[in-house]
Amino acid sequence: MLDIPLWKRVTIWALCALGLWLALPNAFYTTVERHNDAVIAIEEGTVTPELQADVDAWPSYLPSGLVNLGLDLRGGVHLLAEVKLEDTYVARIDGMWTTVRDTLRTERAVIGGVRQLDAVPGVMKVRIANEDAMSRALELVRTLAQPVVTLAGVGETDLVVSGDGDVITITLSDAEKAAMDERTMTQTLEIVRNRVDEVGTREPTIQRQGSDRVLIQVPGLGSAEELKELLGTTAKLEFRPVVRRTTDGSAAPGPGNEILPSVDEPGTFYIVEKGAVVTGEELIDAQPTVDQNGGQAVSFRFNVAGARKFGDYTAENIGAPFAIVLDGEVISAPTIQSHIAGGSGIITGRFSIEETIRLSALLRAGALPAELIVVEERTIGPELGQDSIEAGRIACIVAFIAVLVFMVLSYGTFGMFANIALIINVGLIFGLLSLIGATLTLPGIAGIVLTIGMAVDANVLIFERIREELKAKRGPARAIELGYEKALSAIIDANITTFITALILYLMGSGPVKGFAITLGLGILTSVFTAIFVTRLVVVIWFERKRPKEIEV
Amino acid sequence: MRLKLVPSETSYDFFSRGALTGGFSVVMMAASVVLFLMMGLNFGIDFRGGTTFRTNADNEVVVADYRAALQPLGLGDTSIVVVSDPLKPENNVTQIRIEAQDAAVAAETTAAVLDALQGVDETLRFEAVESVGPKVSGELVQTAVLAVVAAIAAVLFYIWLRFEWQFALGAVAALVHDVVITIGAFSLLQIKFDLAIIAALLTIVGYSLNDTVVVFDRVRENLRKYKTRALTEVLNLSINETLSRTVMTSVTTLIALISLFVLGGDVIRGFVFAMILGVVIGTYSSVFVASAILNRLGVKRDWSKEAARKVSGQYADIDA
Repeated sequence: MLDIPLWKRVTIWALCALGLWLALPNAFYTTVERHNDAVIAIEEGTVTPELQADVDAWPSYLPSGLVNLGLDLRGGVHLLAEVKLEDTYVARIDGMWTTVRDTLRTERAVIGGVRQLDAVPGVMKVRIANEDAMSRALELVRTLAQPVVTLAGVGETDLVVSGDGDVITITLSDAEKAAMDERTMTQTLEIVRNRVDEVGTREPTIQRQGSDRVLIQVPGLGSAEELKELLGTTAKLEFRPVVRRTTDGSAAPGPGNEILPSVDEPGTFYIVEKGAVVTGEELIDAQPTVDQNGGQAVSFRFNVAGARKFGDYTAENIGAPFAIVLDGEVISAPTIQSHIAGGSGIITGRFSIEETIRLSALLRAGALPAELIVVEERTIGPELGQDSIEAGRIACIVAFIAVLVFMVLSYGTFGMFANIALIINVGLIFGLLSLIGATLTLPGIAGIVLTIGMAVDANVLIFERIREELKAKRGPARAIELGYEKALSAIIDANITTFITALILYLMGSGPVKGFAITLGLGILTSVFTAIFVTRLVVVIWFERKRPKEIEV
Repeated sequence: MRLKLVPSETSYDFFSRGALTGGFSVVMMAASVVLFLMMGLNFGIDFRGGTTFRTNADNEVVVADYRAALQPLGLGDTSIVVVSDPLKPENNVTQIRIEAQDAAVAAETTAAVLDALQGVDETLRFEAVESVGPKVSGELVQTAVLAVVAAIAAVLFYIWLRFEWQFALGAVAALVHDVVITIGAFSLLQIKFDLAIIAALLTIVGYSLNDTVVVFDRVRENLRKYKTRALTEVLNLSINETLSRTVMTSVTTLIALISLFVLGGDVIRGFVFAMILGVVIGTYSSVFVASAILNRLGVKRDWSKEAARKVSGQYADIDA
C-alpha cells in the first residue's frame, strides 16, 4: 500500500542531498566569493600570500558555485545603449565620392563633366553633363559594386545604382546594410569591452541586445557618469593636412575639404582636407604625459604602417601645418618642424590631467564605428543594494518561521513533515539557482518568499484530502494513500498554470522581472517535487515506524 | 488542539446571495474602470520615460528647498516624493522624477542635479539613478501588455484543454476581475506602477488560477460522482470541501507576503502590496466569480465512463 521501493527512496534522498550540497556555498557567501576571485587571480598569474589564504579559506572539494547577485542587490550600473547604425551608411556613401568621380572621369569624353548634388544622408546623387551617355555611366558605376558575402550567399552586390534623366542615384543595398550592421555591432562590442576594461572594474557584462543595442552591466560601480562619458565619445582621431586657418565659420572650404572648429580657440576654424593622413586606427599605444612646457599632453605611438605614412608625410611637408582632429574638432594644428620618424609623438592642447587620462584610454581602446546613445540607465548604489539584501533576508527568515509555526499549529505532526519539505524546498531553490548560475534580484527574493507561502499549498491539498478520507472512516494507511492519489490532479493542474505564467514572465521580462520569474518557476518545480515525493517519503517512513491505529491530520 | 481556521464540516451556500456578490464584483470592476479613467495610473519611468533619482541625506528633507534648488536647472515637470520607512528612521529618502528626454539622462544632468541638491544639504547622495528613454519605455509598455495578454490566453487554453470551455471562461473571467480591480486600487492609491507591478499582476493571475483550478478540479470530480445532483448543489459542495484548503493556502501566502511587506524595504513595497491585494481578491474571485459564472453557464454532464477513466487515470503512473 504505502510501499516505496528502496531505489526510489535512495533517489529522492540523493536528489535532496545534491540540491542542499549545491546550495551550501551560499551560506558562506563572502568566503566563497573571495575564494573564487582568488582562484581566478592565481590562474591569471598573480600569486600573493593573501590570495592563497583566500583560496584555502574554502575547501576545494566543496562546491563553489554561487547565486549571482543582481545589480539591484550588489549595486552597479546597467546601461542600454543604441548604436546609430545609419551613421555608418552615411560615412560609407560619403566616402565613395572620390572613387565615383574618378571612375566617371576615365570616360569624360563620352559622359561629360560630373557634379555631386545635395541629397539626403546615405544617398549619393551625381549629375552627368551628357544625359545620353547615362547607360554607359551606370555601367561604369556598377563596376564599383562588390558582391556581398552573406551566409545566405544570394550573390547580391553592395550598391544599388539607378539613373533618372541626367542624375545617377547610388545607395547601399539591403544586403550590404545588413552585413555592415553585423560588422558595426561586432566592432562596437569589442571597443566597448576595451573601454570598459580601461575603467578597471571587475566582471562587466557586455552583450548585444536585439539588432542595434548593447547592454553594459558593471557591478559595484556607484555612479554611471564615468562610464557614460567613455561611451559617449566616438574618439575618432585623425591627422589631416591643413589648407588654411580662418575666423570665418561659414567660409567655403572648397571641394574635397571641410571646415572644422578649433577646440581651444573659439572663433577659429581650420579648413582641412577630408582625407586623413593617418587615423587613430593605426595607433598602438597612447599614454598621458607632460610636454616640455609642463602642460598636460597625450603621447602616442603608431603601428608600422602608420609610422611609415606619418614619417613620409612629415618628411615631404616640413614647414606646413597639420591638424590633429578628434571627433570633428581640431585639438591642435602644429607646424611640422622636422621629419618625424619612428611613428611616435605627443598631442598637446589645453588638457586637464583627467582629460589626458580619459583621452589616452579612449585612443587605446579604439574609435567606435558609430555613435552610441544611452537609452536606459539603472544605477543602484552599493549601499541601497546591501540594504535590500538585508531587508530581503530578514523578511525571508521571518516569513519562513511564521509559516513553519502556522503549519505545526494547523496540522501537528503532519505539519512538521510539511516543514521538513519546506526547508528542503528552499535549499533546493538555492541549489538550482547556483547550479544554473542564475541571478538573484530583489523581486527574485520576493519570488522565494512567495514560494515559501505557496509551497505548502501542495501539502495542504494532500493533508486536507487525508482529513476527508479519515472522515469517511477509512483506515490510516488507506486514507494517506487516497489522499495523495486524489490530490495529485489538483496539484498538477494548479502548478502547471502558475508555471505557465512564470514562463511567460521569463520570456518577456528583463532584468529584475526575469529574476522573479526564475525563482518563482524553480520554486514551483521544487515545491511539487518536495510535496509529492519528499513529504510522502517522510510520512511513509514515519508510518512504518509507528504503525498508528489512528492518525490525526 | 489544532488551529482550525475553517470548521471541519461546512455547508455554506455560496450562491444564495449571488445577486449581492455578483453585484459587488460588477460594482468594484466598474469603479476600478472609472478610477482608472479619471485618475489614471501613476506610471513609473519604465512606462512613461524619464529619470528618477533616489536621494538619501543625513538631515530631514524639506521638499520646498529641494524644489527651489532644482528650479533653475529647467528640467521641466519635476516631482519630489519623500519615501519614509518606519523601520529605517535614520534615512531621509526622496524619489525625484524628472521628465523624459530624448534618450537616457545625460551625465551632465545627473551631475547638475547632484550639485544643486548638495547645495541644500551637503550630506545628500544618490542611492539610485534610473533613466528610461522614450523609445525604450514605449517598448516596455508593449511588452507588458503582451505579457499579460499572453499569460491570460495561455492559461485559458490550458484550462480549456484540461476541463471544458465553460470552466476556462469562468477562470478567465475571475482573472480579468482580479487584474481590473488591482489596477483600480493602484489608480485610487496612486502607487507607482512600473515593470515590477506587471510581474506582480502576472503572479496574481497565476495565484488566482491556482485557486480556481483547485476548486474546479473538485467540481469535475464531484460532477462524476454525483451525476444526478443539480449543478449549483455540486458547486456548493465542491467549494465547501475545498474551503479549508483555500483559506489555509491564502493565509500561509499572506503570512509570507506581509512579512515581506513590513520588513522587505520600501523599494519592493509596491510590488508586494499588489500581490497581497491580488491574493485576497484572487481567493474571493475563485469562489464568487469563477464558480458563479460556471453556475450560470452550466456544464455538459454526459461524462462518458471512458472519458472519465482517461482523465482520472492520466497521472496514475506518477507514483512514489
